[in-house]
Amino acid sequence: MLPERSGALAAPRGRLALLLLLAPALVWLAGLIVIPHIELATLSLRARIAPRMYEPSLAQYRTFFEEPLYWHTFVRTAAMSILATACTLLIAFPAAWYIAKIARGRSKATLFFLCLIPFWVSEAVRTLGWMILLRESGVLPRALVALGVTATPVEMLYHDATILVGLVYTSLLFMVVPLVSALESLDDSLVEAAYDLGGNGPSILRQIVIPHAAPGIAAGCIVVFMLTLGNYLTPTLLGGKNSLWFTEQIYTQFITRFNWEQGAAFGFLLLLLSTAIVGLGLALTGQKLGDVMRRA
Amino acid sequence: MQQDLEVDGVTKRYGAHAAVDALSLSVAHGSFFSILGPSGCGKTTLLRMIAGFIAPDEGDVRIGGKSMRGVLPNRRPVNMVFQHLALFPMMTVGENVGYGLARRGAARAEIATRVDAMLKRVGLPGAQDKRVDQLSGGQRQRVAIARSLVLEPTLLLLDEPLGALDLKLREHMKIELKQLQADFGTTFVYITHDQSEALVLSDHVAVMNAGRFEQVGTPQELYYAPRTPFVAGFVGANNRVAGRAVRVDGNEVTLATGGGLALRARVSGAIAAGDAVEAFVRPEVIDLARDPALLPAPAQRFSGQVESLLFDGANSAVLLRESASRAEIRIALPQTGRFADLTPGETVAFGFDATRAICFRTDAHAA
Repeated sequence: MLPERSGALAAPRGRLALLLLLAPALVWLAGLIVIPHIELATLSLRARIAPRMYEPSLAQYRTFFEEPLYWHTFVRTAAMSILATACTLLIAFPAAWYIAKIARGRSKATLFFLCLIPFWVSEAVRTLGWMILLRESGVLPRALVALGVTATPVEMLYHDATILVGLVYTSLLFMVVPLVSALESLDDSLVEAAYDLGGNGPSILRQIVIPHAAPGIAAGCIVVFMLTLGNYLTPTLLGGKNSLWFTEQIYTQFITRFNWEQGAAFGFLLLLLSTAIVGLGLALTGQKLGDVMRRA
Repeated sequence: MQQDLEVDGVTKRYGAHAAVDALSLSVAHGSFFSILGPSGCGKTTLLRMIAGFIAPDEGDVRIGGKSMRGVLPNRRPVNMVFQHLALFPMMTVGENVGYGLARRGAARAEIATRVDAMLKRVGLPGAQDKRVDQLSGGQRQRVAIARSLVLEPTLLLLDEPLGALDLKLREHMKIELKQLQADFGTTFVYITHDQSEALVLSDHVAVMNAGRFEQVGTPQELYYAPRTPFVAGFVGANNRVAGRAVRVDGNEVTLATGGGLALRARVSGAIAAGDAVEAFVRPEVIDLARDPALLPAPAQRFSGQVESLLFDGANSAVLLRESASRAEIRIALPQTGRFADLTPGETVAFGFDATRAICFRTDAHAA
């Protein structure tokens, strides 16, 4: 851009340049998010009355509420996701504190890298790794027998706890990164000042550290919650038949039953659910989405 | 006189380097004590040992007569004002000031009353509900001091709190700090690298260098009777002239530089003829004259060429080079504006009374 060019001439050019720069993002947004969702919305709001004959209807949504399996799965998925997010936060916070405040230089970079390493392999392979460790004839049950803890190998797969472990493991990095950046921006002298004025560990954590890191905590929780709620592979592989994850219902409707209308309705309900829970979480903790996203 | 703070032979080592080296000091109740030193001299380490953030390797810190060994910072009768004040941005002004009281478990009503009274005393009545980022730099400093003083500490530690302020505000806050200290009567221990802050504010100043105190005294003693070359060079402006003692005559030494400048100065410590010495002459003790005959009688006389004029209002000075040796000399200009018309290159006469220059043996403090 030539600085001496007058504003009137430069403005349309600038706008064109901006448009060109934004083009890939706009195409992506329109093509992969907006258009499919419009299509899904129309799909979900119709019912098949005869072959190739459709009429507008709320039947798909009615089915969801009338069939207990569907909404039970829905509630269970939400509750498990919230639990997984909470566990991830509890595990990630001390790790992030260590990386942000205690580790220095090389060890800091190494620790960050260690969080990243699991993402070197695909999610499927990672999850299969858990299966190798936890299945009845797997490494951990056999080790327990060898150590005399259990008499026979115990099946460790296909429990809710197994699903939680897998989800937390997959999500940890996405919680650690925003937490580290939030905690790094906390001035150490604030903690020292609080200590100097009579604060102790728990009170400083509650009154100084958490309020400061709140946008980072919220950002991490939103990302982890969304990833967990929409996860398909981990609950299916680690939970097996018992996993009852809502994304499986969507998959079943689209692929097994070939009932796209029902699947589309489920997809929309999941979107509403995640939006509602994130909104509720932000409202309960008094955060604003804008602040949180700037931290994320 | 009760000593609020006694530091007794305190040492702190980092590896082989002693950041604070067997240092002792005592501060009387109600006084304003400054520790002045260049960055890296160990003053922050010393302050943090008094506050309790660092444990000394050797020695003891006593506050109000009680040993602080093993006492954590949140249990010491000491509070600290941090370099960047460290006000809690997530709290209002009132919550900041009331924080310490709340941690002590004071009742809500009592906290409110005391916070209100404290904010009135520091000139911020009714500021309880303001956010910290709504305050000016000066107001923040007052909140930081109020937050500490509301706990009625035996000792208030201040870690260069004026360092981040701009010059104008810093001058203003200096005066305000001094008034606050006089008003509350709390013992202040203040660390700074700014000699003007230390001189203006303090009853006593310790000049610190490389983990040790070079000299402890009133600002006047440090300025007029420095005991070491470091103090002479660090406190106030000074012309430093290094050379050899050619003649010692009672309390007066004649020094000659390699460049051929010879001058007489008062002896500090022991100097024998032949010693390497350095003399310090303050810019304001040197008289300037266009006509050598107009210089005061007992002065030793020199002449030099004006190199540049450094106009700085009341602190204006002229830099000139002595005619024979080309040594650079800084001379304060009289505030009457008499020499405002000096031009670079002009030859002038200057002189000073030998008793107002001070000379040290160099090698005694070479370490």
